[in-house]
Parts: sequence; structure tokens; C-alpha cells
Amino acid sequence: MIAQVVTPIHTPPIDWFAIAPEIALFAAAVAIVLTRALARRSKRVFEASLVVAAAGIVTSGAFTYVQWHLVRRDGPYQAIAGMVAVDGFSVFIRTVVLISLSLALLISVAYLQRERFEAAEYIALMMLSATGMMVMASANDLVVVFLALEILSMALYVLSAFDRRRAESQEAGLKYFLLGSFSSAVFLYGVALIYGATGTTSLVGIARFLSTTTLLDNGVLLVGMALLLVGLGFKVAAAPFHMWTPDVYQGAPTPVTAFMAAATKAAAFGAILRVFVGTFPLYRVDWRPALFGLAVLSLAVGTIAAVVQSDVKRMLAYSSISHAGYVLIGVQAATSRGTSAALFYLFVYALMIVGAFAIVSVVARRGDQNHSLDDYRGLARREPILAGLLTLFLLAQAGVPLTGGFVAKLGVFAAAVAAGQYALALIGTLAAVISAFVYLRIVLAMYAPADEAAEETRAPLRIDVASGVALFVAAAGVIALGVLPGLVLDFARDATLLLAK
Amino acid sequence: MVHVLAASSHATNQGFPLLTALIVLPFIGAVVALLVPVRRPELIRVVGYITTAATFGFAVYLLADFNTAQHGFQHYQLVERHRWMGEFGVQWFLGVDGISLFMVALNALLFPLGLLASSKVEQPKSFIVWMLLLEGAVMGVFLALDLIVFFIFFEFVLVPMYFIIAGWGYDNRRYAAMKFFLYTMAGSAFLLVGILSVAFLYQRAGHALTFDSTVLVPWASAHGSLAVITSKWLFLAFAVGFAVKIPLFPFHTWLPDAHTQAPTAGSVVLAGVMLKMGTYGFLRFSVPMFPQAAVDLAPVLLVLAVIGITYGAIVAAMQPDLKRLIAYSSIAHLGFVVLGTFALTTQGISGGLFTMLSHGLTTGALFLLVGMLSDRRHTREIAAFGGLWKSIPVFAGLFIATAFASIGLPGFSGFVGEFLALLGAFLTSRWYAVVATTGVILAAVYLLWAVQRAFTGEPEGENVGLPDLSLRELATVVPLLALSLFLGFHPRPVLDRVDPASRDLIAHVEQTTKYRQPAVANNGPKVAATVGGK
Repeated sequence: MIAQVVTPIHTPPIDWFAIAPEIALFAAAVAIVLTRALARRSKRVFEASLVVAAAGIVTSGAFTYVQWHLVRRDGPYQAIAGMVAVDGFSVFIRTVVLISLSLALLISVAYLQRERFEAAEYIALMMLSATGMMVMASANDLVVVFLALEILSMALYVLSAFDRRRAESQEAGLKYFLLGSFSSAVFLYGVALIYGATGTTSLVGIARFLSTTTLLDNGVLLVGMALLLVGLGFKVAAAPFHMWTPDVYQGAPTPVTAFMAAATKAAAFGAILRVFVGTFPLYRVDWRPALFGLAVLSLAVGTIAAVVQSDVKRMLAYSSISHAGYVLIGVQAATSRGTSAALFYLFVYALMIVGAFAIVSVVARRGDQNHSLDDYRGLARREPILAGLLTLFLLAQAGVPLTGGFVAKLGVFAAAVAAGQYALALIGTLAAVISAFVYLRIVLAMYAPADEAAEETRAPLRIDVASGVALFVAAAGVIALGVLPGLVLDFARDATLLLAK
Repeated sequence: MVHVLAASSHATNQGFPLLTALIVLPFIGAVVALLVPVRRPELIRVVGYITTAATFGFAVYLLADFNTAQHGFQHYQLVERHRWMGEFGVQWFLGVDGISLFMVALNALLFPLGLLASSKVEQPKSFIVWMLLLEGAVMGVFLALDLIVFFIFFEFVLVPMYFIIAGWGYDNRRYAAMKFFLYTMAGSAFLLVGILSVAFLYQRAGHALTFDSTVLVPWASAHGSLAVITSKWLFLAFAVGFAVKIPLFPFHTWLPDAHTQAPTAGSVVLAGVMLKMGTYGFLRFSVPMFPQAAVDLAPVLLVLAVIGITYGAIVAAMQPDLKRLIAYSSIAHLGFVVLGTFALTTQGISGGLFTMLSHGLTTGALFLLVGMLSDRRHTREIAAFGGLWKSIPVFAGLFIATAFASIGLPGFSGFVGEFLALLGAFLTSRWYAVVATTGVILAAVYLLWAVQRAFTGEPEGENVGLPDLSLRELATVVPLLALSLFLGFHPRPVLDRVDPASRDLIAHVEQTTKYRQPAVANNGPKVAATVGGK
């Protein structure tokens, strides 16, 4: 007789509530795809899928809010065998992702109608990508982080290449896919090495192991950490892992670029914060210099390379690299002040960048082609409101006071100074000066007199209701966060303190 | 006597929030103007005039309400304090004392005049919106007592000024606007890091994080709080930020471009109040917070000030462009302010403060006059003018009078300020004062030479048959000139408010360092009285 050696597999109890926000988004995405498949002929599929998407976002937001309420009352906890964390931190990142998703969808409507792409798949893909980002926000295990990374990336690869008529878009999709898969592989290798060094992939488990065990030879662990940083650094577009950013940002459909810039950054920085600040605090000495280097390099590359660009989308792409540098300043401080400053930065950045790209998308006109600085010449004369709003978003990105961008920059510089890093704060403030030059170049172009003859032949730009709503929300948010940032600052602070351990 | 700690010393204002009103009113006006449709320019102008006039009214009330008897180091009046930006410990903390009082008044005076002078400006809507935003922000700079609030306004000022220069300036305006923005922002970068460093060093010493200057100043200046070298670095960080704004000698290159390219109202405000934000910053924050560093590094600043005075004057004399000439003369005048400040004597500081006010009046008037001339002749080349004395006598008379006021002829406010500054400098830094005195003579050289070339002789060509000043134009210049004349003969009202503030500041420096100003300088009021009595 052979003894029965098969032990029963323990399936962990699933806390559905912990992943309810993700499920809501995912369900909406699946419903959209199914509707599309079943009602192939109907012209109303696009409208219907927008309604479903809105329902999904609202439900997801409601669940997130309830989670926030419970976390504040009962404290953070882990669910599903420690795979998922329900804490203030995940709630904050989810909020940013949901806001970015809603705004990006709003500006996509006009884009899709203009380009005659009214495709439900586009909406479903964006929702799926957002699902991946939300999973990433709450991932409490390196394997789940990897899963989330893949979910969000796959959808983004397709979205980047969505404009089939433009070769740049195809190129962007392929480039993003190739480099992205490579970085995912690097990340996965890092997970393997960390597992080898600590015997677990659970973030809490790793932290516990490292706090009780002194590794005599920590080479494997350090290499693993470095590889994780490469993988995540790629997603946040930090230099020197930024090579894909300008091409992909430029080539992808503009609303996709907006979504990518705002939400991917938030999600991936969420993972960086949870993995490095949350899991490896004892190895701070080792990873802080690395992040310091990434921050300085991102600031330098992002600001200096942006100066010589003449394509507005590329300028914003490079400036997105420099914004990654500012967030990294907050992250590498490795303090709760730094973490909450980074979170606040991501919140403001989402509004600023979606707002800016919303206008870029309108100015691009049919074909999504007009992105050169010359296309902005004289915009203020023709479209004073559009030009005024873009000026606001650009000045906010430059960190001008009384906009959210200032408070965000103040936060990360304060974190650096509080950690005694005066030089880094100074590098950051001076980088802000160079990037101000970049933004002011766009502003100056808008307020310069236009070539009237060429303008006569063009139809006036039109802003549809959905983009108008998105622009209004983003602009109001950017100003409100500059004048009365208290609410979101407190949110970011509470989110930092309520971290699942 | 007065080294009192923080909040307890100044009575919090429970009544009408006058200082908040001074800041917020222009902002509200800007929003209202923004809501008026573009095709109703006259309505937008009315909004502009009403707002600036109301702000001026509040400022006059402030002057009247200011209690001269109440003073003391960091004793502020009409204080308002509210929580702002929760987490950061930033407070909406405003107050006024002898150092800021006249800057607020000057700001409130120059804006309505500036608007009046630009009544023919293109695209009046955006112009007036930017002007009003600028006025509110400058008010904020002079009234904020929280370092972050100060910095917010200090930095925000750049935005409206940038658009005013870039949108309504002369030919090379885009370059000038960009240069202005980047230079000053680069300076502010150091200032911001300095501010954050002070606050976090304070926090590291075991206190709650705050940016309240009435808490940070006594702490940072107290012996032993900061290492000597730290306070020197911090002083330098602040100094770079302020020096760019003034601008002090090696940081001055943005100013001639910005001034020359800016529209008239822009130049008036830039010279009138915005340059003073730098010298004000030194007096309000740098010197009180790091007195030892200020004493130690005073020679550096004195050298730069003296270079600025002489270099500015010599370069001014060489300028073919009348507006550029006045721009360089501002560098020289502001040099006197820095000279007086870092002489670290009562008279010096009072003289500096007086010069800040006087320079706003006279240079503001000069820029207005140059603007009027350039409206008529569409050039500012001195060589293109000639015989204006005969073709437009009223203009010529006013210009020459204003030039004398700017030179510092006795009887005008310029004399009182520069005399006191030189006197103060003479007491402690004799040779600097001696060299700086040549600046007074050089001022006569460059202005009188320009006057001679432009106004004397027989008018020829386009200089013949120009229309003389209109009533509106007179209304913009005459008040400034009249005030300058009034303060030249009767500086008491200003000195009575400024002098106690300078004495308190010096007393603070003496309490916190081994520095002692010469005994003779302690007779500050007497000196002021002799000047004032004339």
C-alpha cells in the first residue's frame, strides 16, 4: 500500500472586500468586452461601454472610500494570505489611479470620436490597465507586484499602438512592449534573488526575516534589490531607465500618454515605496544612495534634454522624467515625511499632466499630429481659455506658488532638508529653474503672434463637454491644492502612517 | 528691553482683517476683471481703478491707524494668524511694523498711478488682471511674517511680472522676460533651501516645526542655537535670493533688460516696489536671524554695494537709451540701501529704508515720464531728442525736477535717504562711505548730462510740435514728485515710524552679538531731528 502523502492544499479564505475596488473595475472591463462581442453591429456599444465604465469607476471609488473609512477606524490589515494589503497607502494610490482613469477617459471620448475609432476595446483596455495599477497599489507580495506589473503593462502596450494609421504609434507600442518585457524580466529575476536570500516573497515576511536575521553575505539580496529597482524604475520613467519614455509618450495616442504618465507613475511609485521604504528599511544605507543617484540623474536628464526639444509631447515626456526625479527625492529620504510628500506629489502630478495633455490632445486636431511648438504659436489670440489653462498646468509643473505644483515640490524639498540632504534639495530647486525655462518656452509660443495667413485656413478648435469637464476638474484641483492643500496633505500623511505591517 | 518671545508681545488683531484685505482685495479685483467680457474694456478699467483705489484707501487707513508709540523688536501691529496648509505648520501670519509700513503704502500708491498711465494699453483685460495679481502678491511679500507665506508671494510675483514684460513690453521683451524669470527663480532656489533648513534645524533642536519668523528669528539669532558656520551658510543662501532681487552687483544683469523692455507700468512697479523686496528681505529676515553672520559678512556686502553704486552710475552715464540709463541708476540707488543696511547703524538702516521709499517715488516718476516721451517720439534714444525744453516745456520742467529729486538734491526725499545712509556708513565703515559719496556726484553727471542732451538747444525734426502733457499724464507724475518734495522738507512723518524700527533692529544685533554700534550712532533721533528740522 502506498501511503497517502498528498497533503491537502490550503486555500486561503478570500476576503472579497479587500479586492472589491479591483473587481469592480475588472468586471466593468469584462462587461464592455462582452457587450462588444455580442452586440457587434449596434452603434450604441460605444456609448453603452462609457456608461458601464463610469459605473465601474464609481463602484470602485465607493469601495475604496469604504475601505478608507474602515482602515481609519480599525487600522490596516492584510488579506488573502498576506498577498494584499488594505491600508491607507493603497487607498491613496487607488484614489490617484481612479482620478487619472476618469480624467483620461473623459478626454479620450473626444479623441476617439474625432479619429473615428469609437472602439469599446479602448475603454476596456484602459480599465484593465487601471485594474493592474490598483492591484499594484495594494500588492503585499512580490509575486503580486509582478502580476500587477504585467496586467497594467499588457493593456498599455496595446493602447500605445492603438492608432493604427500612424507609424509612430505602432513604433511606440512595439518599443514599449520590447523594453517593457525586458524590464519585467529583470524585475522577475530580482524577485527570484530576493526569494533566494530570504525564503519568502511576502513583503511582510521579508521585512520580518530581515529584522530577525543578520545575513552574513547579503550579495544576493542586494543584487535582487537592484534588479527590483531597475524594473520599477523603468515603469516610473526614472533615468537611466527612461530611454523609452520620449518615443512612447510621443507616439502613443495623446489621451493614452496622459493616462500612462499620471497613473502608471503613481502605481509604480506606490510599489517602490512599499518595497523599499516599507520592506527594506534596514537596508536603507544600501538603497538610499542608489535612489539618490536615480533622482539626480532623472532631474538632470529630464530638465536638460527637454530644453532642446521642439515637440510639445516630447517636452512633456522629458519633463515627466524630471518629475520622477522630484518624487524620488521624497522617496529616498526614507522617512514618513518623504513618503507622504511623494504621495502628495503623485496626486498633484496626475492632475497637472492629464490637464496639460488634455489640451495637447485638442490642439493636435484630427490625426493627432500637430505637436510642434509652432502649432502653439498664437494660441492665446485664438483660444484664450485653452491657452490660459495650459499656462496654468505648465506653471504648476514648474512649481509656481499658489498652484498644487508648488506645494508638491515644497513637500519633497522639505523632506530632503529634514533628512539633512541640503545638496539634493538645492539640486532639485535649481532643476526646477531649468524646467521653468522649458515650460515658459511653450507659454511664450502661445502668446507670440501667429502666422495669420496659415491660421485663416484652419477651423477653430473645439472642446467637447467631456474634455471641458476634465479640464475644469484638473484646473480647479491644481489651484485648490495650491491655495488650500490641507485636505489632501492630511490624506497623504494619514495614508503614510496607516501602512500594513 | 524688548527681546520678547513671539506671539505674546503683539496684540492680535480681532477686528477688521485690514492686512488680509490689502492682499486679497487685488486678487478679488483680478477675478472680477477676469469675469468681465473682453469686449467691455471700459468696465474692466473701472474694476482696475476701483480695486487699486480701494486698496490705496486701505493703505492710507493703515498709515493713519499705525501706532507710532508701539514698537520693539519684532513687535508687529494688526497681526493676523490662522492655520494654513495643515501638515506643514505654515500659518497665514501677517503683521506690519516700521520696516514694512511704507513699502505697503508705496505699493498701494504706485498701482493706481501705473494703471492710469497705461490707459491706452492693448488687450486691457489681461493687462489689468496681471497688474492686480501683482499688486496683491507684492502686498503679501511685505506683510507676511511666516517664511513660507513670504516665499510663496516672493516667488509668485514673478508670474504676473513675466507676463507684463512678455506681453506688453518693447521689441526684445521675450528675451528680457525669460531672463528676469529664470534669474530671480534661480536666486529663490537658494532662498527656499535656506528657509527649509532653518525650520528643520529648529525642529531638530526639539521644537515643533514652524515657519513663524517671530519664533525662528529669536531662536536662530540666540547664541548657541546654530553653529557659526551653519548660520553663515544660511545667511549666504538667503543673501543670494535677496541679492538677485535687489539686484546687487554681480547678480544685476537681468535688470537693465527687464526694465528697458518692460512697459511703463511694469517698469514703475519693478523699480518702485519689486526691487525693494530684496532689501526688505535682508532687513526683515537675514540680519535679524543671522546677526553674527551679518556682522561678519557685512564687508562683503558693503563692497558689493559700493561697486553697485559706482559701477551703476558709470554705466548709466554711458547709456544711449534713456530707459536703460534709469535702470542702471536703480542699481546705484539700491546700492545705497544695502550700504546703509550693512553699515549696521541706526542712521544707516533708517537711511536705507528712507531711500527705499524715496527711490520708489522718484524712479517711478522718471519711468512714467520716459514712457510719456517714448509714446510721443517712439524712441528712447537720448541722441534723438534735443530742445525738448522749448517744444514741451511742462514735460521738461517736470522731468528736470524729477531728475533733481533722483540725484538727491537737498529739498527732495532722495537727499534725506542717501544722506542718512552715507552718515550711517561713515560711522562704521568710513572708506566705503567715502567711495560711495562719489556715486552721488556721478548721479548728477549721468542725469544732468542726459537732461542737457535731451532738453537744451533748439528743437529740430520730430522734436518740434510735440503735444505737451495731458491732464491724465500730469495726474500720474505730480503726486509722486509732490510727495518727494514734501518728504524732502518734512521727513518727520516717515522717520518717526522708521527710526524706532531701525533702533530696535540694531538693539537686537547688539544683544545677540558682540557688535556695538558707535556711541554717537545711538543718538539716532537727534540726527533725524536735525535733518527733519530743516
